[in-house]
Amino acid sequence: MRYLPLTRADRAAMLETIGASSVDELYHDVPDGALLDAPVDLPAHLGEMQVERDMAALAGENMGASSVPSFLGAGAYRHHVPATVDYVIQRGEFLTAYTPYQPEIAQGTLQYLFEFQTQVASITGMDVANASMWDGATSCAEAVLMACRATRRKKAVLSGGLHPHYREVTETYCQYSDTEVAGRDGHPEHQATAEELNDLIDDQTACVVVQYPDVFGRIQDHTQLAELCHAKGALLVVVFTEAVAFGAIKSPGSFGADIVCGEGQSIGNALNYGGPYVGLFATTQKLVRQMPGRLCGETVDQDGKRGFVLTLSTREQHIRREKATSNICTNSGLCSLAFTVHMSLLGEDGYRRLATLNHENACKAADAIDAVDGVSVLNDSFFNEFTVKLSKPAAEVVETLVAKGVLGGVPLSRLYPNRSDLDNYLLVAVTETNTDEDIAALASALKEALA
Amino acid sequence: MTFTTHTGNRGLVIEEQLIFEQGQAGRTGVDLPEPQGTKSRLGGLDRDSNVGLPGLSEPQVVRHFTRLSQKNYGIDAGFFPLGSCTMKHNPRLNEKVARLPGLSDLHPMQPESTVQGALKLIDECAHWLLVLTGMPAVSMSPAAGAQGELCGMMAIRAALDARGENRRRVLVPESAHGTNPATAAACGFSVDSIPATEDGRVDLAAFEAKLGDDVAGIMLTNPNTCGLFERDVRKIADLVHEAGGYFYCDGANFNAIVGRVRPADLGIDAMHINLHKTFSTPHGGGGPGSGPVVFSDALAPFAPIPYVVKKGDGFHLVETADEDDGMQPFGRLKGFHGQMGMFIRALTYMKSHGADGLRQASGDAVLNANYLLARLKDKLSVAFPGYCMHEALFDDSFLKDTGVSTLDLAKAIIDEGFHPMTMYFPLVVHGALLIEPTETETKESIDQFCDAILSLVAKAESGDAEFFKNAPYLTPRRRLDETAAARKPVLRWKPETA
Amino acid sequence: MAKKFSQEHEWIEFEGGVATVGITDYAQQSLGDIVYVELPDVGKKLTKDGDAAVVESVKAASDVYAPLDGEIVEINEELDANPALVNEAPETEGWFFKMSLSDESQLDELMDEAAYKEFVEGL
Repeated sequence: MRYLPLTRADRAAMLETIGASSVDELYHDVPDGALLDAPVDLPAHLGEMQVERDMAALAGENMGASSVPSFLGAGAYRHHVPATVDYVIQRGEFLTAYTPYQPEIAQGTLQYLFEFQTQVASITGMDVANASMWDGATSCAEAVLMACRATRRKKAVLSGGLHPHYREVTETYCQYSDTEVAGRDGHPEHQATAEELNDLIDDQTACVVVQYPDVFGRIQDHTQLAELCHAKGALLVVVFTEAVAFGAIKSPGSFGADIVCGEGQSIGNALNYGGPYVGLFATTQKLVRQMPGRLCGETVDQDGKRGFVLTLSTREQHIRREKATSNICTNSGLCSLAFTVHMSLLGEDGYRRLATLNHENACKAADAIDAVDGVSVLNDSFFNEFTVKLSKPAAEVVETLVAKGVLGGVPLSRLYPNRSDLDNYLLVAVTETNTDEDIAALASALKEALA
Repeated sequence: MTFTTHTGNRGLVIEEQLIFEQGQAGRTGVDLPEPQGTKSRLGGLDRDSNVGLPGLSEPQVVRHFTRLSQKNYGIDAGFFPLGSCTMKHNPRLNEKVARLPGLSDLHPMQPESTVQGALKLIDECAHWLLVLTGMPAVSMSPAAGAQGELCGMMAIRAALDARGENRRRVLVPESAHGTNPATAAACGFSVDSIPATEDGRVDLAAFEAKLGDDVAGIMLTNPNTCGLFERDVRKIADLVHEAGGYFYCDGANFNAIVGRVRPADLGIDAMHINLHKTFSTPHGGGGPGSGPVVFSDALAPFAPIPYVVKKGDGFHLVETADEDDGMQPFGRLKGFHGQMGMFIRALTYMKSHGADGLRQASGDAVLNANYLLARLKDKLSVAFPGYCMHEALFDDSFLKDTGVSTLDLAKAIIDEGFHPMTMYFPLVVHGALLIEPTETETKESIDQFCDAILSLVAKAESGDAEFFKNAPYLTPRRRLDETAAARKPVLRWKPETA
Repeated sequence: MAKKFSQEHEWIEFEGGVATVGITDYAQQSLGDIVYVELPDVGKKLTKDGDAAVVESVKAASDVYAPLDGEIVEINEELDANPALVNEAPETEGWFFKMSLSDESQLDELMDEAAYKEFVEGL
């Protein structure tokens, strides 16, 4: 086997040094009958060529989103990833390193984490950010738990504009910690106002969670909501699923948000059928010690040179055990590196231009499909994603579009399987990767499907 | 010869500023088309201030990250015996396959008809895990080992709730990884520590005494964090089951027994598998991980959504809790369907090894660890007697009276060109040194490491504590001031204020 | 009134109806460099042996238990900016909090300086 270097002679010599007669003898603590004497019932090893062929065959049974006009979003977005990103993250010094426990030989990882934290804090308009979470949905759940710790309260109000997966994960995380989750699923034709959410805040409310832009693509100012929350001693948590958006719209920090968290996949990371992604998590200086996850901080070494270390680790499970702020251990290291490299390539000009291009393409697509009979675009405001109402059930239309070689959007029925009132709504995302031809193909396919 | 250079660089070790200190307005590393000036529909919330990102060209970015990479130690560079972390070779084939079009570019919300290959891949990866563990069910969605633990413990909580029982105490050995008690607490359980015996296993009598009708279960790592197989594991399983509780096995160390012992034969109810350990998905400087959880029949109905099922000729993704009558999922753990990119790499690794190769891998891992143990046991102090599994554990009594600590020794090992072992974990062993060579190391590299350790121990015994106190000497940075970092945390770059 | 000491390595100085509490020199030495002290809110009711504060070094976090029943009346805000005070002057400027007592007779259960010294030597 090509990955295993020991030879028969090595094994014999090593057993002799150990003083054991066989490898099985080293397993003598295994209870009787539990030590297998032959391989399990699975195929034998394969050479590199055969494995690649098998895996490529599986890949061939899919329709890749980059091979056809694709308008899927709902929390994961197809953006162009520069070649440099993949080159950097495949360098063995990054790919095959571990969590930087030995800072003297991990300054590479630590410095990019410090840069990552600064980038995340900058785009969200917050004081500080952590070294990443698992994904946007778990970041949202951790934000709610953090708000509960910080306020010593036990209730979270979730806006109807929150992505249903984020809601479900938050409910799952809260269900066994006596934390009440209030607020109902939203509707693409009704947007909750700050006053409506305010009515749900009581003296046990730790936080209100809103998504910006929301799951239906709408963009809402949450400055007033922040004030209402703070007046009642609650925190405002702003969640996002599209990290490119903050190149075009005001940052959540400008509203007075206390925690801003969400999905960073859009920058530097491929779609990967849903994972691995990278959760972004930012907050105010005041709440730093309540944060979950790893943090990288600046310091100096013995010779007085600037260096970086993991810090404030007393919040974490390996020290606090059952009193830790979270059970999270690793972060999304390599995905956060991809984010950092892509963001470094973009810079101020590139990031803002990328956002503008996304928005312009989305405007173009909205106009093109709004002109199709049986399609109406619902959003007054949007960034690169909007909801349309169709004259037929969206899931059926999407299937018809697949037959025409177009991935036409995400039916709301996929996100809300129990909401039959949402059957005719379709979520359409448009990025810089969509060409004019893509948009024309979508419009004409919709026209045929709805005729 | 030592001297200072004009630049502060030392040959290949090049000082590198933060990107924020290098940027120039007007530079960029991407060429994007000129926007057309469309009137925005951003609800009046158009950004009206700078983000604060630096501008760099592509070659600057490449050079920046290349220089940073040169300050990192990875498996590709050398021996990395970090105990309990399993730093084994990461095959590049896995990376290549994960980037194939038709896999990397799949959107998680594509219609099922367009992702049958992806669902089949998840199902096949699940099948390998089920056969290797002997268990009847698996949840693929947990994002990492720690979330796998959460998945397993939430299923236990849900099963107890379904039984109408208010059991809230979880027994956790004191040698357990910190995620275990943290996870139990996150599920609303209280944690009760079980002491260890003189030989590093669960104290069976103490465990039995703690059982009662308020016990939800036990969280037991096997092989345990001391690198030992819990020889009473079946007895423990029987006792916890008799008491009405469940057996959660922390499968972090499954790599020691894969292909040789099926956890199902030991009586477990749930176990997470760290794909980055046993199946060599890259550690990536701290993630991403992936932590599928296998379940017994008793817990399987409570597994979270989503999951893949066979349906007719194809595969179907169950995404809603009430779709399937027999199931009572406890909820959803992450967005979308799990760490697909990691399933691809793990399946590629499993197919490359095959049933025969995986068995050889665990055997070689245990052989390498025992060889290392045999080579060091006379000079270092072995924590517990007997053979070890995939990692060898020492305490610091061999350093007594030398004035050298475990930390000092580890730092000196860095200068020798190795990544140090895990230090001060598990907590039950004083000044612990946990060394895991893994199966992908040659006998020669283990010999070189052992020789280096032995020479350092001799140096420590000769009374040169000062040398150790100041190590490492040859690294891009010397020891860092962690106290200053924690007292006044600086967690981001900020522009100099005039 | 002379300083009293608890088995949890806290010192207590009772004066004018208020007890000032901190950790002892022995405690700060065993913890090493203190990087953060998490203090309770003013007004918090404390129960003897219940959680009162947390003191953190780089690698450890230790709970500080309430030595007596009572209520927090003041906390040492200085520690937030300068936790090193606990190392430098543990039994003076490095105090943690002041509390009112619900039962002054509990003071009698604490050790005096000589008894604490003996207690520490026995560890």
